Order: sequence, then structure tokens, then C-alpha cells
Amino acid sequence: MYEHMVKSRYYEDQMVEVYTEGKTPVFNIGAGPVPGEMHLSTGQEPAAAGICVHLTKDDTVTAPHRPHHHAIAKGVDLKKMTAEIFGKETGLGKGKGGHMHLFDPDAKFSCGGIVAAGIPHAAGAALASKMQGRDWVAVAFIGEGAANAGAFHESLNLAALWNLPLIVVVEDNSYGISVPKASSTAVASNDLRAAAYGIAGAYVKDNDPIAMYRASEEAVARARSGQGPTIIEIETHRYLGHFQGDPELYRDKAEVPGLRQLDPILKLRKMLVEAEGVTEKEIEKIEKQAKQEVDEAYQFARDSSYPEPESALKDVFTS
Amino acid sequence: METAKKRILTGNKAMAEAIALEMERDPNVFVLGEDIGNYGGIFGSTQGLIEKYGSQRVLDTPISETAFIGAAIGAAAEGMRPIAELMFVDFFGVCMDQIYNHMAKIPYMSGGNVRLPMVLMTAVGGGYNDAAQHSQTLYATFGHMPGMKVVAPSTPYDLKGMMISAIRDDNPVLFMFHKSLQGLGWMEQLEASAEHVPEEAYTVPLDKAKIVREGTDVTIVGVQMMTHYAVEAAERLAKEGIEAEVIDLRSIAPIDKDTIIQSVKKTHRLFVVDEDYKSYGMTAEVTAIVAEEVFYDLEAPPRRLANPDVPVPYSRPLEDFVIPSAEKIYEQVKELVNEG
Ligand SMILES: Cc1ncc(C[n+]2csc(CCOP(=O)(O)OP(=O)(O)O)c2C)c(N)n1
Repeated sequence: MYEHMVKSRYYEDQMVEVYTEGKTPVFNIGAGPVPGEMHLSTGQEPAAAGICVHLTKDDTVTAPHRPHHHAIAKGVDLKKMTAEIFGKETGLGKGKGGHMHLFDPDAKFSCGGIVAAGIPHAAGAALASKMQGRDWVAVAFIGEGAANAGAFHESLNLAALWNLPLIVVVEDNSYGISVPKASSTAVASNDLRAAAYGIAGAYVKDNDPIAMYRASEEAVARARSGQGPTIIEIETHRYLGHFQGDPELYRDKAEVPGLRQLDPILKLRKMLVEAEGVTEKEIEKIEKQAKQEVDEAYQFARDSSYPEPESALKDVFTS
Repeated sequence: METAKKRILTGNKAMAEAIALEMERDPNVFVLGEDIGNYGGIFGSTQGLIEKYGSQRVLDTPISETAFIGAAIGAAAEGMRPIAELMFVDFFGVCMDQIYNHMAKIPYMSGGNVRLPMVLMTAVGGGYNDAAQHSQTLYATFGHMPGMKVVAPSTPYDLKGMMISAIRDDNPVLFMFHKSLQGLGWMEQLEASAEHVPEEAYTVPLDKAKIVREGTDVTIVGVQMMTHYAVEAAERLAKEGIEAEVIDLRSIAPIDKDTIIQSVKKTHRLFVVDEDYKSYGMTAEVTAIVAEEVFYDLEAPPRRLANPDVPVPYSRPLEDFVIPSAEKIYEQVKELVNEG
């Protein structure tokens, strides 16, 4: 879990740098090695790491537009993922998808740019698991803003009705772009909505990795044993803008340094050393390995070639 | 006589000014959508409105497109004049039922007894590698469905004038603005995205194409970015003795057949360029109009250039390959003229 969180954080720190390359002096979103929108999840790592440790390769994960921490925690091929974000032919989607549209069937991971659209897909994966008599589960990650979309409510009703092994993890980072949760959501937290579907709900406070781990353990066990869906909402924080380049006029900039002091990675690190007796040396080894893996992925992406322009015409239909 | 000092506005500011003027004039006008309040709209179309008119008339909504677009319909039926924003046109999928089964059909099904004086504005266009779910233009998708006016202005002047017309129109209007033409700080700065815009409220009709460059040898029909690219191509062609007439369609539905037909009668050649998908699209529509009405005026078969029926890819070389450019227009128009 710590490894996933560190890897994800370092990955995003690198992305902040790379994304800025070539975009100045006048910020131009389409320029540089990584064009298009870029949504980073720095600060939100516990949501993904806390549940994905309970998942196997056979479990399905769907993620939204802010997908890197989920992808890393689910074990998506980091090199291919990075190459995709660079638009290279060695990428997961041969450069056709980009950062919001990562598909790794080996890791059973997908994501997309339409808010809440991954929830029904996860429900479908859960349905497939049930129809095939497996104990596989499906996890849909969404933001708290997405919990107001029709797809959320329709999918959860369906999953409850059919008793599907679906877990919806709502990452409450307080904002849907600029709209604060209080202006978008009529209830205080989305686990309360579980009552509307007659399913289980759990709320994780303080972006706490351990509490997320525990709530997830329970939810995954429930789903695997055929006892139906769960909504987990976790209070988390997005340190960066909605997308890179977001002027963030909607929130007090002073909010973020305060949040960083509550950093979940530092918290987990401290706990591992103090309560679990993990040595500094062991921790550093994990950190070093994670960094190396990330560095290699970025290098791989840089070294890869762009696809031939004509390849844009391929893959409209699969063969 | 023109005054010496001209006020220059970007596309987004021209739109926001149009909305502000109409909100001032008519208390029934209000705006709703995602991030249209404090953020001022992701593409800046509602900048400054919440400061002026407050959160009672400038309503940030949850991510609930079906609910808030449907609510705009319900409010419009009560005599309000809502302007709803669907952030990217690509998101139409989650709320299309409200748009085409309700917004576009209720006036007709009611025998004209129910009026829906609403505007649904939405951002279109690619060109900055935002991939298949955030880069579409979809002019044809909406133009295909009767019951709503569908407009796509290309200049700050038209963005303002057509927005005012759209708000005052008693029919539902789908107002498509092109991201690249909003003049935003975080996109490539295009000359076309800023120009002189008069301060007063003025209107530009919702059903008239505009000849943006006169010519005698070939008619190029385009819309939004493609019109600007076409003008660029035409300037280059002019240096080689080919005079292209460029038509900015501006309105997808109703489409201004007359302007197209008159132009082709003069130039005898037709080239249509579109950022949307090629099949069943705007290029096909314009070509069919010309074939039906002035076929014998043509000296060469018409030509079309559009997205080659693939989702908009992410990677830069792939997107460049798919979206028409000034260069491609130049080459293909030259071929067309030399052919016939
Ligand atoms: C159907 C749809 N509507 C609107 C958007 C635009 N949009 C992208 S992200 C976003 C905010 C999402 O907020 P939240 O679900 O809380 O996730 P977060 O960005 O905070 O991680 C919006 C409105 C979209 N992508 N899809």
C-alpha cells in the first residue's frame, strides 16, 4: 500500500514537471510532450491504494478522468501507461486514448472522460462475474461531484437489485471543478445514500489510509461472498488544480499548504515505522524502487516513437 | 464614420457581454450549468455574470445534465428564458433525451402552443489533443434533428450578435462555440479569437451565412475554425491566381441555401470543409443542396474535406492527420480548380 502511494505521488510530481515542458511563455495546453488536459490526483492516493491491496488481478477497476493513482494501485503497466500519456505508439492505446482514456485489459482497468460513466461499466463487470460464477468484484472510483449524475443512481439501484459485487468508491475532494460539495450535493456524504438502495455504506474520514484499508477490506469481503454492493466515501484532498493550468480562483490558495501538512503518505510512513516496526532502510528501499520504476516509465515514454499519422485510420473496428 | 479607438474583445467576453446585456434587459433571462458561476464557465462564456447578477440568476449546477437541461425546458415553458451550458458538446450523450426528445420536440408536438425560448450553449472543437470524448464538433448530429435552431458563430462579433438573437428567439437554440475561438489564456492565441466588438446590444440573424471572402473561381463552405483555415488557404491561392470565395456557414440549421447557391452559380466549383465526421455530415448536406439545385452550374465534381470517420485521436500526429488544416484545404482546392 505504501509502495503504491509513493509511486503514485512520485509519478504525479514528475508529471507536473513534464506537463509544463514546452507550454510556456504563454501557457498553451496543446503544446509540449504531454498535450491535452491533465488531471492529477496528488493527495488522493489513499482512496486507491487502500482498496486496491484487497484486489486481485481478476477484479475489475473503472476510474474517471483523474485516473493515475487508481491505475498505479491496480497494477497497470506503467511504461505503456506513460507512453500513452505521451501519445506514443507503444502506449496502452497506441496513442489514441491519452491520459483520460487508459485501457489495460491485462490489469482489468479502464477509465474515461465522461463523468460517472465508469459506474455502469463496473456494474456490468460485476454482473459478468456473477453470471460466470466467479468471486471477482468490481470497483468504480468516482469523485463526489459524479455522485449527482444519473448513472450513479441508476447503477446502484441495479447493483442492489441484482445483488452485484460492486463497490463504488467516492473520492470527496470537496470540489467538482469549482463547485464545492455543499453546492452540489444535498446530503452531507454519499455513504448516506446507500440507504436509498438498501445497501451498505461506509465513510472514511481524514484521508486516512488505514481507515480506508479497513472499510475496503469489509466491502470487498462482502462483495466476494455474494452479499452485495457497498458505497465507500472517503474524505480526501486534491492539492493541485482541477486540471493543470486551472487558475483555482474558486478556492483559497492557503487551503493547500494546510492540507499538505496532513499528508497521508507521511502519516502512513510514520505509522509503519512507529507501530509496525518497519525499518527506515526498508522504507527507503520501497521508495527507491518506486522511483526507479517511475523514472524508467518516463524514459520509455520519451524514447518511444510517435505513431504513423495514417494509423489514425486503424482500430475503428477491431479485427 | 468609425471612431479611431476600437474596443477589442475575445470570443468569450463577447458572449458574456451578450448574456449580461440580455439579463439586464429581461429579468426572465437566467443562466445555469456546471462551473458557470465563480469559475465563469470553463470556456469563459459566463465570465463576470455572477458578480453582476448573483447566484439567484447565475446558477452553478451539480453534474446532473439531464436534470438541469430538463429544468431549463420546464422553466422555459413557464415563460423564463434560460441559458443552459453543456460544458463540452461531447457530453450530450448523458442528456440527449432532454435535448432532442423534449427541447426540440415539445413545441412541435404541442402544435406550436408551447414555446421554449431557451438557449443551450456548448463548446465544440479539437486541436489541442484532448482526445475522443472532448474534441468533437457534432454539427451534423444536432443539425439532423428538427425542432431546434443550431448555430456555430466564428468571430467575437458574431458570437455576441448571435447570442443576443438566440436569447430573444422564442425557439430553442443550440449555440455551439468553438473553444479555440474563445481567446482563452490557456490555448494557442489565434488572431481570429479577438476583434472589435461594439458595446451596444446588436443582433446577427440566426439563419444567414456570411461571405467572408469574395472570389470567382471556387466556393469554399466551412464553419468556425474551418472558415478561418479556408481564408488562410484562399490568401495563398490568390497569390497563384486562384480566387476562392469563402462562406462562413454560421448556421447549421436552418442552413442558408441561398447564399451557397448564389455563390456556386458565380464560381461554378464547390469545396466543403468540416471539422466534424465526414459521413452523413455537413459536407454531405451542402454538396447535396448544390447537386439538387445548381448541378448544371458545376464545372467540376464537388469536393469534401472532413474528419475521415474516426473518433478524434489523442496523439498529436494522429490528430493533425484527422482534422482538416489550412494546408490541406489549400492543396485540395488547388487540385479541384486545376481539374476542371
Ligand atoms: C457528463 C460529464 N459532465 C461534465 C463533465 C466535465 N467535468 C469533468 S470533471 C468534472 C468535475 C468532476 O468532479 P468530481 O466528480 O468531484 O471529481 P474530481 O474532479 O473532483 O476528481 C466535470 C464537471 C464531464 N467530463 N462529463
